[in-house]
Amino acid sequence: MVPELGQFALVLALCIALVQSILPLVGAARGNAAWIAVARPAAQAQCLFIVFAFGCLTYAFVSNDFSVIYVAEHSNTELPLAYRVAAVWGGHEGSLLLWTMMLGLWMFAVSIFSRSLPEEMVARVLGVMGMIAIGFLLFMLLTSDPFTRLLPAAANGRDLNPLLQDPGMVFHPPMLYMGYVGFSVAFAFCMAALIDGRLDATWARWMRPWTTVAWSVLTLGIALGSAWSYYVLGWGGWWFWDPVENASFMPWLVGTALVHSLAVTEKRGAFRSWTVFLAILAFSLSLLGTFLVRSGVLTSVHAFAVDPKRGIFILAFLAVVVGASFTLFAWRASKVGLGGRFALVSRESMLLTNNALLLVAAGAVLLGTLYPLVLDALNLGKISVGPPYFDAVFVPLIAPALFLMGIGPLARWKKASAPDLALRLRWALAVSFAAAILVPLLMGHWSSMVGFGIFLASWIAASSLVSFKAQFAHVPKGQVGARLAQLPRSYYGMILAHLGVAMFIVGVALVKGYEVESDVRMDVGDTAHLHDYTFRFASIDKVNGPNYTADRGTIVVTRSGAPVVTLHPEKRLYTVQNMPMTEAAIDAGFFRHIYVALGDSLSPTSWVVRLYYKPFVSWIWGGCLLMGIGGLLAAFDRRYRVRARAGAAQAAAAAGLNAAAAR
Amino acid sequence: MKARHKRFVLVGVGIAGLALSATLVLSAFQKNLVFFYTPSQVFAKEAPIGKSFRIGGLVEKGSLKREADGVTVKFVVTDTAKSIPVSYRGILPDLFKEGKGVVTEGKLEPDGTFHASEVLAKHDANYMPPEARDAINEAKAANTSRSLVMPKGK
Repeated sequence: MVPELGQFALVLALCIALVQSILPLVGAARGNAAWIAVARPAAQAQCLFIVFAFGCLTYAFVSNDFSVIYVAEHSNTELPLAYRVAAVWGGHEGSLLLWTMMLGLWMFAVSIFSRSLPEEMVARVLGVMGMIAIGFLLFMLLTSDPFTRLLPAAANGRDLNPLLQDPGMVFHPPMLYMGYVGFSVAFAFCMAALIDGRLDATWARWMRPWTTVAWSVLTLGIALGSAWSYYVLGWGGWWFWDPVENASFMPWLVGTALVHSLAVTEKRGAFRSWTVFLAILAFSLSLLGTFLVRSGVLTSVHAFAVDPKRGIFILAFLAVVVGASFTLFAWRASKVGLGGRFALVSRESMLLTNNALLLVAAGAVLLGTLYPLVLDALNLGKISVGPPYFDAVFVPLIAPALFLMGIGPLARWKKASAPDLALRLRWALAVSFAAAILVPLLMGHWSSMVGFGIFLASWIAASSLVSFKAQFAHVPKGQVGARLAQLPRSYYGMILAHLGVAMFIVGVALVKGYEVESDVRMDVGDTAHLHDYTFRFASIDKVNGPNYTADRGTIVVTRSGAPVVTLHPEKRLYTVQNMPMTEAAIDAGFFRHIYVALGDSLSPTSWVVRLYYKPFVSWIWGGCLLMGIGGLLAAFDRRYRVRARAGAAQAAAAAGLNAAAAR
Repeated sequence: MKARHKRFVLVGVGIAGLALSATLVLSAFQKNLVFFYTPSQVFAKEAPIGKSFRIGGLVEKGSLKREADGVTVKFVVTDTAKSIPVSYRGILPDLFKEGKGVVTEGKLEPDGTFHASEVLAKHDANYMPPEARDAINEAKAANTSRSLVMPKGK
């Protein structure tokens, strides 16, 4: 009964989506207030029905209803409750429902937090989002219904893929999807503005917090996925340039460009068509990512679907969305205008360069991801493009953008003076050079790659400090506290996110430069040495988990005689699917990880063991966390709400304050 | 500088930058493409020596052997028509099994051994890498056509 209710709720949501995407748009065009007013309640009702459907599917999982095919394929009575809930998005149908629910929640949020927007604007934004919802609801109902029954019901389920039975599974997909789908809001705002023909600083200010939140959540989602693959796949790598990872990384790169271009549009009214272009591109790449991951053209842990109908549907949907939005863009963009002029050396020009570099980098990733697929689809041979390509391309493209990150926040809008900038940044530059030489030497040996990474990281950090210190240039001693409180949250957010990038680079450079790994054969009682650490293989025992059996090793790690930690890596065998899995054991410190994984068993007491020493690896995710928090902080800047409550005068004051901070 | 000149410089720098990055991307692309060969193709000496490429097929039953150090393994990859011996130093993925599909990347030694630098992990026990599947299908197709043609020739 419950699954049928869920299905019915999806059909109702589809009907509402149809209404939501027609009436408000027509109403806005004709100035019909009653039709415009449909937008908000329709979005809220639609969200409610999708959430209800999601609840129904969750109920089916929790109550072990194996008469639903999807549940029978992805769950099992022995699966722990938390994973039964997470298993809702453990397969194709459920993850689509999650996608759609995220869209519903974003629509709901837009309908609530848009009191300050003109009604026609809200109507158009929600109307466009309704159209996207139609696409996904149709996709679900026509090709991938999660509520399809299995008659007679299965006695028990096939269990969730063991790789997915991990706390990461609970958080990574919802976060990632929330970020992906969040770009639909930016997209809808742009479509609405193109229809309206009104793109100005006010419009950019409406759109900006939504985009920043989506970007922050996407950042966190990607970082979670990276951390997950680090400890679950047992290879100790944090990024593989796998097409699935690239699928989420391309929207992130374009989204990063969009966040910065929006800053120019809001502050200076420039880059308008460029911003619109980026918003369309970011959302299109999100859809492309969904297509790549969900259509079965890629084979990985994420690719569930092998039904060609699904691939064709998403591809067609992608074509319609991309085609329609770029047509609208081509038709209306000329009305948008270009905005204010700026000099060769100015904050605008630097942000433009950063945008161009990010976009080229995204293009390079796209080429490396799609080319093998296209070649294969055309039967021209099988090739693969591995990490060496991405490493070779990505570093030289992004390095100049990272260097500009140090200068940009200090440069004035419109026209900056190069000598003045050089003067203000001379100490930051000196410190960065010193760090680039000293840090690698302290770590053991100097290498140009590590030195370069450390240089960029210290450059970003040091110039952020210079920028921060400049905020207090003319503040009397007693009022430093007041000034601290007066600085807008968006400024703190920017500094924090930039420091996050610096932290990330430190992590990447030091892990790449100084990680040590070794695969050794160990019998019980043997010791092995790695870096400064001694690993003693104390014992191996059989243990039983809820739905697996495992060999559990005990490895005692010491450093010059003193105990460091005792690790318990496991080799599990998940009984339902008879699938083996390596469960690595990690001692996660702030400055280093010790990572131990069991390889193959040679005899009951003799194993191949993989040992890793990974310095500063946690800084990679720590940096992403800072970026995410920084973004969220900026998105909740007071000025976006001040505008909601009071009139333009107060907003102007806030903008003035902001401009002061920017200087 | 006049505004027109400035725009000229800006456009020029932009184009130069784009050209530079395009060159960078394409040359890196060219250098790092990894091609795929079936064991039959490798056997027919179509694969390059000393350059990285991928092979795929089934791990031949009973072919997995371990050296005394426990870390170096040898196995045979077959597309059911031809077989290639592979050596690999490291830990095999969890789902590596004799009789199952596998894809590995590495270089061909002059003695005909494939020295693998990477044995690719699969994510699902029932899943067959498309490269391995295609290699087997191709070999089978070649076999059937041969067996159809051969009797006639006699």
